[in-house]
Amino acid sequence: MAFVVARRELTWWENLYIGEIVRGVWITSRHFLVNLTRHAAHSVGLMRDKPALVTFQYPEQRRPLAPRKRTRHRLTKRADGSPRCVACMMCETVCPARCIYIVAKEVGNPNIEKAPQRFDIDLGKCVFCGYCVEACPEDAIRMDTGILEISELTRGEMILDMQTMLASSPTPATDHLQSAPGH
Amino acid sequence: MTPFWVALLIKLGVTTVLLIAISLLLFIVSWAERKQSALIQDRIGANRAKLFGVRAWGLWHNLADTLKLILKEDYVPPTGDKLLHTLAPFLAMFCAMASFAVIPYGPPVTLFGHTFDLQVAPLNVGLLYIFAMMSIGIYGFVLAGYASNNNYAFLGGLRAASQMISYEVTMGATIVGLLLCYNTLDLQQMVIRQGDLLWGWLPAWGLVLQPVGFFLFMAAGTAETKRIPFDLPEGESEIIGYYVEYSGMKYGMFFSADLLESILVACLAATLFLGGWQLPYLTAGGFLLPGGLTWALPHWLVVALQVGAFAFKVVLVSWVMMTVRWTLPRFRYDQLMKLGWTFLLPISLANILLTGAVIVALGA
Repeated sequence: MAFVVARRELTWWENLYIGEIVRGVWITSRHFLVNLTRHAAHSVGLMRDKPALVTFQYPEQRRPLAPRKRTRHRLTKRADGSPRCVACMMCETVCPARCIYIVAKEVGNPNIEKAPQRFDIDLGKCVFCGYCVEACPEDAIRMDTGILEISELTRGEMILDMQTMLASSPTPATDHLQSAPGH
Repeated sequence: MTPFWVALLIKLGVTTVLLIAISLLLFIVSWAERKQSALIQDRIGANRAKLFGVRAWGLWHNLADTLKLILKEDYVPPTGDKLLHTLAPFLAMFCAMASFAVIPYGPPVTLFGHTFDLQVAPLNVGLLYIFAMMSIGIYGFVLAGYASNNNYAFLGGLRAASQMISYEVTMGATIVGLLLCYNTLDLQQMVIRQGDLLWGWLPAWGLVLQPVGFFLFMAAGTAETKRIPFDLPEGESEIIGYYVEYSGMKYGMFFSADLLESILVACLAATLFLGGWQLPYLTAGGFLLPGGLTWALPHWLVVALQVGAFAFKVVLVSWVMMTVRWTLPRFRYDQLMKLGWTFLLPISLANILLTGAVIVALGA
């Protein structure tokens, strides 16, 4: 809804700029001096509890991931180590980016009926919407590996195969969300 | 009489020292600007470049940037004017560098019986020379906009021209007050006269005699060098700027010319208003305190102290300009023109009137 922002007229003193400039310079200088002091103290091991910056020094220092953060996919396994996936194609159907390719095969067990022969995800197309996780009736696919840096030199290398997804493990942050084994 | 080759050697020495000092200052200012803004904004700033395993708080980033700029393709727009497009950055850089020639960075020095000024060109119209150089420097920026044959660059060039010319008027009017006080255009003479004491204790610095002039000069000087809050000729979100068609080291030259101009304004502010190389109560023979206390010092130490004082003042003024840069938002273009013509210029004219009246009243 549109509304009118009431603007305050500047006072005579504010229109002079000088006082306001001094006030602004004071704020920036305070930030500068406080941070400089803290950096200097950190370098000799003091004031460790007082941060001198609000940024993360990325490759060395990572932001904590929320447990529900959608990261690279993995396939969960049954107690015997076989994939939990029954190749029902739900995820492949719901995928808005059409990046999932499943080739089903028969297994002897009548309770399971099918299993994937191939299960590829083209990460070059994936939009990380998480619909595949929601659609899965078997809790066979999850996006909780904590892997965010996905880059390859060719498009072909961006395709993630079943073996890699089965071998991945969840991040410690999401480990407790693991469902009870063997259903 | 000093023989020719000795005079030449002295001049070369004085010039080399100034050139090295300016290059070093340019290097440090561009580094300090990054790190200062980072600390002000609770960041760390560029710190990844490594040389021999040493990061040195990001000092090497300047070298890396320069290397990158030199290696980049130098592109001249096919519809642009090749000659003027190439000439523009050189003109801007040359005028910025050449202006430093008349800045006196130290007292008259006596070395092996030869006395000389620590000033590359002891011109008696030094101040006019600097203004002339600054005016020619504008051509660099206008040509950059014109020769690129790009509407955005052209707009940037126009803005640069009108802004710099408008604020040069204010700057010139501000200086007149100083000329009335010191009766000279020679910067070295002006600094020497700032060593006088008022009522026996107050140094007759420009800041003391012309306090209003100092603030006007700083405002006009910041606008003259196109720095925030007056960086209208470049606006990444609107017109990009006069250098939009420049790449590689030519862009780097515009960048350095801007920084050099801000260092020049810092040097000018230190020379004109903060006593230049004068340290309060330090005369050629040593300290002479108002109470009558004296403390004799050798000649070399006095020179070193005074050159150090000048360097300190320049760094201080640069620092203040950078802090203001990271504090204030930008003006809008009409606000800029309004500020210049309807606010700063009348005040500077009133300042001239007041100064003249006081000088006439005192009968000096």
